[in-house]
This record gives sequence, structure tokens and C-alpha cells, in this order.
Amino acid sequence: MYRWQQALTRIALYAAAVMVSAWVLTPIALIFISAFAVPEDYYDVGKVIPTEFTLENIRVLLFELREWRTTLNSIAVALLTIAVSFTLGLPASYSLARYVFPGRDGFKLLILSLRMFPLMVLGVPLAELYIRLGLSDTILGVALAHASLALPFVVLITYSIFVSIPVEYEEAAMVFGLTRAEAFFKITLPMALPGLAAAAMFTFVISWNEVFVASILTLMRRTLPADILVTVLTAPDPYKFAAAFIMVMPAITFVFIARRYLVTMWGISLR
Amino acid sequence: MVEVKLENLTKVFGKVVAVDHINLTVRDGEFLVLLGPSGCGKTTTLRCIAGLEAPDEGRVYFDEEDVTYLPPRDRDISMVFQSYAIWPHMSVYENIAFPLKMRKAPASEIDEKVKWAAELLRIGELLDRYPHQLSGGQRQRVAVARAIVVEPKVLLMDEPLSNLDALLRVLMRSELKKLQRRIKVTTIYVTHDQVEAMTMADRIAVMNEGRIMQVGSSTEVYDRPENLFVAGFIGSPRMNFFDATVRDGELDAEDFKLKLTPEQARALSGMEGKTVTVGIRPEHIYTPDSAKGESLQELDGTLDFFEQLGSDTVLHVRVGGKLLLAKISGRYTADLGSRIKVLLDLSKLHIFDKAGRSVL
Ligand SMILES: Nc1ncnc2c1ncn2[C@@H]1O[C@H](COP(=O)(O)OP(=O)(O)OP(=O)(O)O)[C@@H](O)[C@H]1O
Ligand SMILES: [Mg+2]
Repeated sequence: MYRWQQALTRIALYAAAVMVSAWVLTPIALIFISAFAVPEDYYDVGKVIPTEFTLENIRVLLFELREWRTTLNSIAVALLTIAVSFTLGLPASYSLARYVFPGRDGFKLLILSLRMFPLMVLGVPLAELYIRLGLSDTILGVALAHASLALPFVVLITYSIFVSIPVEYEEAAMVFGLTRAEAFFKITLPMALPGLAAAAMFTFVISWNEVFVASILTLMRRTLPADILVTVLTAPDPYKFAAAFIMVMPAITFVFIARRYLVTMWGISLR
Repeated sequence: MVEVKLENLTKVFGKVVAVDHINLTVRDGEFLVLLGPSGCGKTTTLRCIAGLEAPDEGRVYFDEEDVTYLPPRDRDISMVFQSYAIWPHMSVYENIAFPLKMRKAPASEIDEKVKWAAELLRIGELLDRYPHQLSGGQRQRVAVARAIVVEPKVLLMDEPLSNLDALLRVLMRSELKKLQRRIKVTTIYVTHDQVEAMTMADRIAVMNEGRIMQVGSSTEVYDRPENLFVAGFIGSPRMNFFDATVRDGELDAEDFKLKLTPEQARALSGMEGKTVTVGIRPEHIYTPDSAKGESLQELDGTLDFFEQLGSDTVLHVRVGGKLLLAKISGRYTADLGSRIKVLLDLSKLHIFDKAGRSVL
């Protein structure tokens, strides 16, 4: 009786896992297949799964539709976003992790609540402000906006990284001759590096995928998703899929590389 | 080498007074042991001396210099952390070499010193490993090695041998003690192992609840505890305690009366009719055939229980409503519940007033 129940639970569990995987993987698989299929195969109603593959779609998208420029813009914005959000976020998360000060817990909550602020409300005033500041339609402008989106994540994620590194390591370093700052750079930072790298990739993906702010704030210097939204959608299907393929690449790479660190990053101990 | 002076040192964490107005002078070159139960503030005191904790009140002096707010690196100290705190991203060799590198020692000297310390702590063959590849005891020895490669002004050690097996611990005790004698570094050593304290210390500072209860040599704290806490904390099995009333040169403990020696009677003359706490160590209660000394008092009791410790035997003897522990050397066998005579060595009595202070 008991074994029977156990087997049933197991089957249900596997079924659920298969369903979730299918839910996530089917669109991705579709994107991969369609992005590389030759257009003839793609449009052939008699063929469910294309048999001939080509890089032509990607080439046309990047070089004839000149999306390589928006791709570069996206990369530049994402890197700048990482730079800005880490420069501002690391000192915040480090002090949250290391010091007890009045309002510390309230501050953490505030950071979290920032995520609940609807972005739509910010869009128009931000655009207006940017025009006045001359930041409108600039890489830096988009990066700053993205940094403000990513900052709460950066603070919370890197906070949990710093908290997990015992303060005694720094204290020992200080006893044996380092200043507080040196102890951070020579002891804590190397230990935090893998986690910080994962956090950086995560930030990259946030910025890379962000489309709303990017389309409001730019006109000529579009990022890839913002441009896809207006230009590629009028292009034939294979190019849409090629664009989608480029869009999902960072996130997928991130998942593969950061899988190990994600586990500790979110304070969940799978294993 | 310096004298370390703590003046009214106080550290509060929220509602917990971890260190409570401590005054203590550690002499130049002395090996001082901080001994006390878990949570009594030993680590916090050490951290204040190291500069890792800023005291809420009071001062720390190294000789004449006020170092209370000096950063750790400027204090010329070395420390073994209770949690070891050896760096996981450095090999054992790099960990031990770190303090020497910080002092810009030449490469040849670094190599020589690291190997010497590793040999001393029996971890010579582990130098290439990383901390996660070591056992707890091995990590602890790396932490000790790292602390002793340099010759600092003050050496601070927080339970440096707590995780070693009995044999290794005894070996390391003598190695550390010899080393300390040789380089004559002022050493503050935290432990809650009283045997370790007794064998290593020049002086012991017994702590409880953030306060220092007594400072003295091993024999002083053992033979002349100044208060009930020290009397009960030092010695194993624990000292026997019972209440008694001072009356006509006798201590009336209801179940029995103890006759005071003339000196004791004189010392207690002002306490006639008052209730005191009487303490006597188990090794000062004898059986008739192991009795020694002059002023002995015989009591009749029954044998409740006995424990063979190998070389000694601990007898649990019930006398009226009181249970007295006696530690006698050698083996002892008798039926449980049988009648037994014990002799109390009256010259070894400790007497404490209501406030727990020794009056004798
Ligand atoms: N950072 C801290 N925050 C809050 N309370 C603390 C902190 N550090 C120590 N305490 C408290 O201060 C008291 C003394 O702690 P301490 O670590 O000095 O004890 P200890 O004598 O070293 O104990 P043990 O033998 O268990 O190591 C304890 O009650 C402890 O809970
Ligand atoms: Mg401690």
C-alpha cells in the first residue's frame, strides 16, 4: 500500500517536471529551429520540422537590417548598467552585510519595495527629464535608467553574497596587517568574485531584456529589443526568430554558467 | 613585549553586558589565561584588546600608550581566532606566510619560518593543501601556526587547542608554553578547560558574566578562591557546598556539626549566629584508611554511588540530608547503600558569607 502510494507520488512529480520543462523549452526550441531553418522549409506547411538549416537569417538580420548596431548598443548599455549599478550597489550591500546601524532593516525593506513601483508611471516624466538634461537618446541615459531598475537586485543579491562570507576573514586580515579597505579587496572580494560574476550576468540580462524604458528614451540609438519592437516586427518571420534567438542567448548562457552560483545566490540550498 | 592594561573595560551588545568594567593588568612577558564558562565574555575581552571591538567604556593600554581606538594593524599583535578564520582561498602555506609577508620579511626567512611553525604544529605535510581539504583540528593548527610565525608585542589566543584530540592537545600545550617562554611574548590565552589553564598559566583570570572574579596563580585560585563562583568553577569534581550557622566555635549544618580550629573560630568571631556557605573539596574528604592530617572530623553516612576514574575513585556519600562527594586515590569497592565513615579535613574548609565572598 505504502509503496504503491510512493510510486504514485513519484509519477505525479515526474509528470509535473515534464510539463514545466515543456512549458519553458517548447518556445525556446521553436526559436532555435525556426531561426536557423531555410525560409523554404519554414513556410512549407507539409514540413513540421525543417530539415535544412542556414545562418542566412542571422546574417541578414545583423548585416542587411543592420541590427549589429543595435546589438552593440545593447551590449554597451548592459555593460554600463553593470558598472553603474555595481559602483552604487556594492558599497550599499557591503555595509548592510557588515554593519549594524539604525534603520538597517527598514532600508532593506525599502529596497525591496522599490521593485513594486510601476515603471509605466516613471516613463513619461523620465523622458521629459532626459530631454532637459540632454540624456535623451544616449547610451548613458538608457544605462542609467536600467541601473535604477537593476540596483535593488544588485544590492539584495550581493548582500547575500557578502553575508555568507564570515567577517572573521576580514578581521584576521586586519590583525595581520591590512587596512579595512585592503581587507575588502584582498580577502573578501576574491571570495565573493564567483557570486559577483553571476550577479553581473544577471544584471546584464535585466538590461538586455528591458524594452519599455529603452524604447521611450531612445530614437536613433535603439537597443536591440527596442528596435525589434518597431522594425523587425514588420520583417518576415524567419528574421523575427533570428532576432528572438539573439535575444535569448545571454539569458541561456547565464543560466548555464551561473547555475552553480544561483543556488547560493538566492539562499536556497539545492544540491 | 609590553604590559597590557585594561581599565574599566566595558562592552555592551544590546541588553547583554558582555564585558562589565574589567580592570586587569597583564605583565610584560606574562602568560595570562582567561578562564570562564561559555558566554562569560572571554572572546569579547580579547577582541577589545585586538582592536576588533570598540569598547563602550574604558581604556586599553599597551605600556603607557592608549590603544583603545587604534586599528588592529597598528597594534603589533597576533591572534588565533576561535573560529580559526584561515582564509579559504589561500593554501596552508600562504595562510601561514601572510603575517610575514605583511611585515616584508625576506623570502628566505618566510620560507624558513613557515616550515618551522608547520613542523612545530605537526602540519608540515599539509602546506600545499587548501583549508577545505583539512580536518577541523588541522585547520585550528594552521590558525595557531599563522599566529606564531611573527613575534608580536602581544599574542592573543582564543581556545587555540579546543578541537584537538587529548594526546595532541597535551603535546601542543607544552610546545606553546615552551615557545612563549623562549620569546617571552605577553600572551593572553582564552580557554574554558581548567586543566589547560592550570598547566599553562602564569596567572589565571577567572571570568563570569562579564566580570573578573579572581586573578591569581593556579595554586592561588585553587587553594584560596575569593568567592563562591571561583570555588565552584575550579576543580573537578566540584567542591561540596552546604549551608551552616556559626555557633559557639562550631558550624551547625543541621545534619552534623563541624568543630572550628582556633584560627577559624577567630576569623569567624564576628559572624556568630549568621548563616554561611561552607565548601570543601572532594579530595579533602577521606575514608578512614586514607585519612591524613590533624583536624579531622568523622561523619557517618551511607554510600549512594561511586565512580571509578582509573587512578581515583569518587564516592557519593549521603550524610543526613546532604550529599558529599569524596575523591580518594586508588580503588574502592563496597556495596551501594552500605554504611560508611568519612573524615572531613577541617583545616581545608572554605567559608563564604551570604554575598558569596570568602571569609576564610
Ligand atoms: N556581536 C555580538 N552581538 C550580540 N551579542 C554578542 C556579540 N558577541 C558576543 N555577544 C554576547 O556577549 C556575551 C559574551 O560573548 P563572548 O563571545 O565574549 O563569550 P565567550 O566567553 O567567548 O564564550 P565561549 O566560551 O562560548 O566562546 C554572550 O552573551 C554573547 O551572546
Ligand atoms: Mg569565545
